Amino acid sequence: MAQHELDPNGWIKKYSDYLFNFTIVRVDDREIAKDLVQETFFAGLRSMKNFKGEASERTWLISILKRKVIDHYRKTNSNKGKAEVRMSYNSDTESEGDWLEERIADPYASNAETDIENSELGLAIHDCLSKLPEKQAAIFKMKTIENYDTETICNRFDITSSNLWVIIHRARTAMASCMEANWF
Amino acid sequence: MKKKYNIFIPCDAAQHCCDKSQYKEASFLEKIKLSIHLIFCKACQGYSKKNSKLTKLMNNKSQVHAMKSIEKENLEALFQKELSKNK
Repeated sequence: MAQHELDPNGWIKKYSDYLFNFTIVRVDDREIAKDLVQETFFAGLRSMKNFKGEASERTWLISILKRKVIDHYRKTNSNKGKAEVRMSYNSDTESEGDWLEERIADPYASNAETDIENSELGLAIHDCLSKLPEKQAAIFKMKTIENYDTETICNRFDITSSNLWVIIHRARTAMASCMEANWF
Repeated sequence: MKKKYNIFIPCDAAQHCCDKSQYKEASFLEKIKLSIHLIFCKACQGYSKKNSKLTKLMNNKSQVHAMKSIEKENLEALFQKELSKNK
């Protein structure tokens, strides 16, 4: 079996979005997710000597991140009181009698199944993005996920608007076929 | 000289309009040209369908996340610092 090697210089560019997406659907807080991803990269750097080369870089980093997410929940729930679920229903007399209906499960709200499906969608998209050439992926991400306008991206990458649309076209074609193979 | 507007466009131009319309950047005229092209071009109909499907997936903002470029640059700077310490 081919042995995998670590190259920390490319970690941020290659894996930060994938790890970030993986984290944010689990902790539901942008700042915490950013911190956990940063801690994961640093921990990866410190434990590089323990890497046996049996798994790919990304799998190895994800396994570190999983521990970080568990630690995060352990830390926030360490105080027993914090783990309690409190119902803070207001004592407004006008809404008396309505509380039961208000607390009933919303059939249109997301459930565990759709959440899992959607978190997998995020990972599948990042998986396909990682297969694109670096510049193409960066431009596609800025335009489609971060919603930057055409002019800003053109200035940043020093390209013309027709160049940008050619790159977007190629990226979209590649992404559509990749998603068709992995998702639809 | 009077400017000539050609409402019949080739496939590459139609796909360009289709890409632009995914980001709501296509002009009214471009949208009309694309619609006319899609009436008779099967290949572009397929492309347009795939493209809209991809847009729908990508617009699932609650689940498709990425770090902002500036956040990534900050992280990269911090990481490089840590990396040089570890060398």
